[in-house]
Amino acid sequence: MSIIITKDLNLYYGNFQALREINLEVQPNKITALIGPSGCGKSTLLRVFNRMNDLIEGVRIEGKVIIEDEDVYHPKTDLIKLRKKVGMVFQRPNPFPLSVFENVAFGLKIHGLSRERINEVVEESLKRVMLWDDLKDKLHTPALKLSLEQQQRLCIARLMPVKPDILLMDEPCSALDPIATQRIEELMHWLKQNYTIVIVTHNMQQAARVSDETGFMLLGELVEFGMTEQIFTTPAKRRTEEYITGRFG
Amino acid sequence: MLKKRWNHKKIFEWGIEGLIKLSGIVSIILVGLIFIFLLKEGISVFKIVNPINFILGKEWHPVSKPPDFGILSLILGSFAVTLGAAIIALPLGVTSAIFIAEVTTGKTKEMLKIGIEFLAAIPSVVIGFVGIVVLAPVIQKVFDLPTGLTVLTGSIMLSIMAMPTIVSISEDAITAVPKRYREAALALGATRWQTIWRVVLPSASGGIVAACMLGIGRVIGETMAVMMVTGNAPRIPHSLLEPARTLTSTIAAEMGETVQGSEHYFALFAIGIVLFIITFVINFTADLFLHKEKV
Ligand SMILES: Nc1ncnc2c1ncn2[C@@H]1O[C@H](COP(=O)(O)OP(=O)(O)OP(=O)(O)O)[C@@H](O)[C@H]1O
Ligand SMILES: [Mg+2]
Repeated sequence: MSIIITKDLNLYYGNFQALREINLEVQPNKITALIGPSGCGKSTLLRVFNRMNDLIEGVRIEGKVIIEDEDVYHPKTDLIKLRKKVGMVFQRPNPFPLSVFENVAFGLKIHGLSRERINEVVEESLKRVMLWDDLKDKLHTPALKLSLEQQQRLCIARLMPVKPDILLMDEPCSALDPIATQRIEELMHWLKQNYTIVIVTHNMQQAARVSDETGFMLLGELVEFGMTEQIFTTPAKRRTEEYITGRFG
Repeated sequence: MLKKRWNHKKIFEWGIEGLIKLSGIVSIILVGLIFIFLLKEGISVFKIVNPINFILGKEWHPVSKPPDFGILSLILGSFAVTLGAAIIALPLGVTSAIFIAEVTTGKTKEMLKIGIEFLAAIPSVVIGFVGIVVLAPVIQKVFDLPTGLTVLTGSIMLSIMAMPTIVSISEDAITAVPKRYREAALALGATRWQTIWRVVLPSASGGIVAACMLGIGRVIGETMAVMMVTGNAPRIPHSLLEPARTLTSTIAAEMGETVQGSEHYFALFAIGIVLFIITFVINFTADLFLHKEKV
């Protein structure tokens, strides 16, 4: 049973069509990678899933997006509920300029969730991203003082109290060094048990390493979608093969 | 040929840099000289009255015999007017800044910003005049007072003068909050107001505090409007509805009548020292907050 389904999805920035007839199905508790050259619409597609594109003026969407059996672009969709269900990690780590604790507690506070267990929830969330041991004595230091890797982990931890089902990650490692990248990838593997992850990446090795399924995009189209192994060894389309063998992009 | 041109350029750069440095140094020296002059002129009064009695003395009778040089009533007058202005201007100014930065867009935003700047351009005499002609009679009527020239009148007029500083600097600070913080909050399911309240304002807090301090600094230093509308009675005000007199208006009102080199003259300079220290401390603290913001 697919957790995210798009049907004939088109997206326009004003007159410019950024997504063309996207038909995609994301499986639960799997890591799905979106790859493709710069400007092909990977981030745009990702931001369709939590409706972050709504913030941009002049965006128009056609087609259907269904997440957990609910029509995301239905006029009656509860945006807040949607965004609780679909968390997002950004390319550049963006913890709030508050303390570590406040960053993790943010979700609890805005959603009026029980504050009695707040310390517990913060601890549990930091443990999930393997930050607890490093930060348990630094809960009240400003988040911006952490290393970039720690900041990115914190941004993932920040999503945990809200209890999302899906994590969208837009090039989550592009600001990190190779070692930090590897460790975040390990984290993703571990998170997969409890979350569905959709990751956008420029880095084909990364896609090959972490993902179960891969979609290759080009100029707003989803050219090919399938099991990662298959995409990287026996792609069905010539354009996919040309891209992954490095002939363009 | 190429080398020569490079040299010209270098000399030019060097000249510009020198000029900028020079003007910086000149302005620092000027401030230093003013302070020294102030100190030199003002300190003489402490031969007649010790600094503690000067600050804490309740009576200000500079021309009676023997004279009383106690500025407590003036300090409290300044304090009362400033406090009143702060109570009005800070919440109003910060909410206006939030409104302009977060709610309005496009033309409305531009218009409001221009309006605020226009407010800053009104000379203080005009503000004082409006205070006397328009506000004072209203205050007198509403509260049934012998005179409409009161601390409250001063506070209201001064809050108008403090608003542009508070609004425009706070608005800059709010607008400067990076988009990625807002995106993060919204992506977590925060509403627009939760985002503003819990993320944007805390991120801009340094700048907002600095804006408030600079606004207050402006109020304390303001002279003309305050002299026109607060009634100028050198008594300790016991409520906002009494006249009072501030440090600044005392200097402005009396400097013309004193003989240069007289005790009274020195006493006015000593008031100047007190004012200088107060505004310096406020601006300095505001600066600390502004720099904290940039880290
Ligand atoms: N706000 C916008 N307004 C207009 N056009 C936009 C906007 N955002 C993106 N685009 C355009 O839409 C296309 C897809 O952009 P998108 O950011 O989704 O690409 P991407 O695949 O994520 O690229 P990258 O790998 O560089 O991040 C690009 O051609 C881009 O110029
Ligand atoms: Mg992108």
